[in-house]
Amino acid sequence: MKDTDIKKLLYTHLLCIFSIILSIFIPSFFLENFSILETHLTWLCICSVSVTAVNLVLYLVVKPNVSSKRSSLSYKVTRFLKCCIYFLTSCFFFHVIFVLYGAPLIELALETFSLAVILSTFTTIPCLCLLGPNFKAWLRIFSRNGVTSIWENSLQITTISSFVGIWLGAFPIPLDWGRPWQEWPISCTLGATFGYVAGLVISPLWIYWNRKKLTYKNN
Amino acid sequence: MRLGSGTFAAGCVVIEVLGVALFLRGFFPAPVFSGAERQAESPAPEPSAGASSNWTELPPPLFSKVVILLIDALRDDFVFGSKGVKFMPYTTYLVEKGSSLSFVAEAKPPTVTMPRIKALLTGSLPGFIDVVRNLNSPTLMEDNVITRAKAAGKRIIFYGDETWVKLFPKHFVEYDGTTSFFVSDYTEVDNNVTRHLDKVLKRQDWDMLILHYLGLDHIGHISGPSSPLVGHKLSEMDSILMKIHTALLAEERDPLLPSLLVLCGDHGMSEAGGHGASSMEEVNTALVLVSSAFERKPGDVRHPTRVQQTDLAATLSIGLGLPIPKSNTGGLMFPVVEGRPMREQLRFLHLNTLQLSKLLQENVPSYNKEPGFEQFKVSERSHRNWIRLYLEENNSEVVFNLGAKVRRQYLDALRTLKLSLSRRVAQYDVYSMAVGTVLVLEALVLLLLSVPQALSSRAELDVPLLSPVCSLLFYLLLLALAALHVVVCTAADSSCYLCGLPWLAAGGVMTLIAALLCAGMSALTRVFAGGKCLSQVGLAFQNPPQSTSRWSELDLLSFLGTVGHVLSLGASSFIEEEHQTWYFLVNTLCLALCHQIYRKCLLGDDCAPQHCPHTGEEFDGVAVALQGKRAGPEGWELSRAPADPSSLEALRGSERWMVLASPWLVLACCRLLRSLNQTGVQWAHRPDLGHWLTSSDHKAELSVLAALSLTMIFVLVQKRCSLTSKVAMAFGLLGIYCYRAAIGNVLFPWQQDNKDISKGITEARFVYVFVLGILFTGTKDLLKSQIIAADFTARTVGLWEIHSGLVLLATLLLRPHNLPVLVLSLAIQTIMAQFIWRPLRHDVAEVTVMHYWFGQAFFYFQGNSNSIATVDISAGFVGLDAYMEIPAMFLTAFATYSGPVLWASHLVNFLTSEASSGSALSHACFCYALICSIPVSVYIILVTSLRYHLFIWSVFSPKLLYEGMHLLITAAVCIFFTAMDQTNTKS
Repeated sequence: MKDTDIKKLLYTHLLCIFSIILSIFIPSFFLENFSILETHLTWLCICSVSVTAVNLVLYLVVKPNVSSKRSSLSYKVTRFLKCCIYFLTSCFFFHVIFVLYGAPLIELALETFSLAVILSTFTTIPCLCLLGPNFKAWLRIFSRNGVTSIWENSLQITTISSFVGIWLGAFPIPLDWGRPWQEWPISCTLGATFGYVAGLVISPLWIYWNRKKLTYKNN
Repeated sequence: MRLGSGTFAAGCVVIEVLGVALFLRGFFPAPVFSGAERQAESPAPEPSAGASSNWTELPPPLFSKVVILLIDALRDDFVFGSKGVKFMPYTTYLVEKGSSLSFVAEAKPPTVTMPRIKALLTGSLPGFIDVVRNLNSPTLMEDNVITRAKAAGKRIIFYGDETWVKLFPKHFVEYDGTTSFFVSDYTEVDNNVTRHLDKVLKRQDWDMLILHYLGLDHIGHISGPSSPLVGHKLSEMDSILMKIHTALLAEERDPLLPSLLVLCGDHGMSEAGGHGASSMEEVNTALVLVSSAFERKPGDVRHPTRVQQTDLAATLSIGLGLPIPKSNTGGLMFPVVEGRPMREQLRFLHLNTLQLSKLLQENVPSYNKEPGFEQFKVSERSHRNWIRLYLEENNSEVVFNLGAKVRRQYLDALRTLKLSLSRRVAQYDVYSMAVGTVLVLEALVLLLLSVPQALSSRAELDVPLLSPVCSLLFYLLLLALAALHVVVCTAADSSCYLCGLPWLAAGGVMTLIAALLCAGMSALTRVFAGGKCLSQVGLAFQNPPQSTSRWSELDLLSFLGTVGHVLSLGASSFIEEEHQTWYFLVNTLCLALCHQIYRKCLLGDDCAPQHCPHTGEEFDGVAVALQGKRAGPEGWELSRAPADPSSLEALRGSERWMVLASPWLVLACCRLLRSLNQTGVQWAHRPDLGHWLTSSDHKAELSVLAALSLTMIFVLVQKRCSLTSKVAMAFGLLGIYCYRAAIGNVLFPWQQDNKDISKGITEARFVYVFVLGILFTGTKDLLKSQIIAADFTARTVGLWEIHSGLVLLATLLLRPHNLPVLVLSLAIQTIMAQFIWRPLRHDVAEVTVMHYWFGQAFFYFQGNSNSIATVDISAGFVGLDAYMEIPAMFLTAFATYSGPVLWASHLVNFLTSEASSGSALSHACFCYALICSIPVSVYIILVTSLRYHLFIWSVFSPKLLYEGMHLLITAAVCIFFTAMDQTNTKS
């Protein structure tokens, strides 16, 4: 593991953060009455699309897991299609989990689903980019001592911090403050976003501080 | 002395129950109130010596009409200070030059609208206990001015805050309530009151007009007392006062009696704009009485005098010619009657002091020794003599001078009586609260400090009883506490509960405190000594970092969840919506379990704690188990299966799938139950399945559901019962359906129309017989297993029979639409036991925490909440002819807490049927005691610090009662655990 790797990681993460910030400020030039709280769903869509795009571009440019063997076009296409299916599945999966957590079943279904989409964007898309549609690899990363590179390590950190963020984001909902951001699902999306951004900031720093201790099996 | 950790924990919980009871006694002081029935008793006649007085009727009213203009949060300086001069010119004119009397009325905390209205009208100081006394109805039951006025045939009109309409339903001939829900609105809310004013003032058909303006309070909440909005609002109020006053004056020309206009505030406003606590700004309110009866001579300067807010009730009663409310603790504001003839003045004062002394007699056992009572007797005697003098020789200087003397005596007696009465109420008995808190905290600290020892494999701990009792420290402490007790109790104005106790009981409490403190000290030193050993051992084995890394996700979650729940108790919204916290935690728990299962099944990854060298065992406990979540690895494995890491792989195919699916099944069940009963406050109005089922249109559906649920309960319970109890269970469940059909909840298929509805007493008693039968069989089996040693199956069967007896009782008591809660609770217990806890081999602490969490969640699934209103009192009447206090209380408590109780009893069952190590039960008992006593201990500290909070009576106090009750239930559960553990060790 070299410092250049960590530097690369830091830059990609900064780009991701930048894309989220852009998604907050750019649309107000094109759309009237755009604000995060009032036109929340629009912002969610824009944010999700921009984060996905940045992740894909970064993956294509940086290529963190260099595979030596050339693969055919058809393999790539099936892989891509599989990724799409995985993404959709994860959206529905998260939606189901939110309903199990008490989100209304019928009303506000669109809001719940958009929350599922943004959470998938923050968690599933990086996983798909880095690991591909390989469920066992995902499980490996999220168990103890299962990471094999700094990329996977940072993936672990950002994903967990997104989950923790959305989990904590649900806390203010029962408070009787009557603020607009307490509405479903705004506090949760904000929590997920803050968690994701925090994960992006923390993971390079954490890896940098612990670079002596970290040893990866396949490195 | 060596004690099992279960016994030790049960003892600690019992001490905590004692402490919480003391705390509650101090927190809810017994209110001063008159228990006498409200009846048409004749008013007290004028006292007279010799020839009897001819004046036995109540004195006639002083005022023909009364207008009460109540402005919410009218602080005294808004009227009498610079703001009043600037913005309320008319009022200032009245106060300084007009015919008026002005006062600064002191409100007692909690300075919140509803208790203040009660204080203004009953003259008493309402405590929380009267919220409990009239459980579901917010109606004011106590004797008060409004009810008296209604009874006297006065016509009362009310406009303003809705609270009044709730407090006095059917009292007003005309009313319009405005809600104070939207704090941001301060214009509309007042215009809704003012718009009626012109019309009403022109009419003659009322005797009492009450206006309650909320706008000022709302402005305070939004922007504080120094905001420019306050000035505008005060000007508006001033113009309203002027309008009313001119209308009253215009009307007053012809009749004999003047009218009275009362301008008052219910509470003040703090510098931040809120209210509820006891700062000077919140307590001091303005009170101006305007009437042409208070005409003053030129040059008569009257400064506002200080009175109590409660004095208004007596004054209004006298002014309207009504009897004074029985529970009144206030005194007549004397300037109001100063213009009347001496005989009337004395009559009024006599009525007031007589009422107060009666109240004192009812509430103070040794009332004879009270100085106020003696003064009253003296002044009554001189009053009597004066009357004789007065009747003999009319109207001389001497009589007047003597009368003035009697009047002075009366006023002194009034003041003393008021003081001794008000000292008894509206004060937190801080001494008892402190003693209770100390007891609870000591027990908790003792529990926490003994975690490492109690959770070691021996599950025993040294309780050094003899050495602390003999130690010097103990005696010094005892001496200091006794001295403290004497000082507190002999202090001038003490009215503590503890001081009222006999000396022996108080001494017992002090001894307990001192002994616990000593025990805590010795435990602390032991832990420190152990800590040193730990570091040495840790160095030797070089594994201290490992001990921290052994916290699995589940341990972390249960630790964070407990801490988070405890912290959330500080926020009123989180208390109102506590069910959300538990649902959230249980869901997260299921997902964490799911993660663990998938990792183990698909990756064969094993995160079970690695066995470490035996020597480290106890000391590992010290480091890791301090939070009560884990302990040394020895003796913690539940399963008797060999500790093969990949045992999950070895599971058969179908079972493997069940293991994978079980967390999702549990989650789905929880989601279903969540939509059965909407509880809490914010979302309580949302439609839920429970309401749908209980509506009379859906009786057929409810019947089908009930029948199905009863069948399911039988299926789930019967498989581990003996044959006798199986049959008894079936008959019992059948009886429950008959009971529900008899009281008209459900239908038989052959009975389509609602025929006669009975109380179902026979059917319910039929079921009780089977409940007792099953419990008896269970106990018999347990005893048998003790006598015939090593009869393991008899023991498990006996325990399960007791469990199923409890299930049957709960089935009988719960409302019919809640039967699915029981079914799903049994189903979840079965699923979790068979597919999660057994294959994954969770340790005892984890299993206990999970049981506790599920128990809490099921408490709320049943439709309970933290408000008193959701307690289902009807459960206390099942099978009873009339109200019998003790069985009714037991049945209601069991029905309310059936969720936690059933989960705890399942915990006993699960551990006895699973555990290889004999100490599992006592470990579980210890963990259960610990995890239940942490929230209650923290909560009583929180409540003490929040005792002047705005919502103390509406949110925090009911929760305190629930916590106290929960602790009592926990104590019962722990004793049950210990009893089971004892039978275990004996056999």
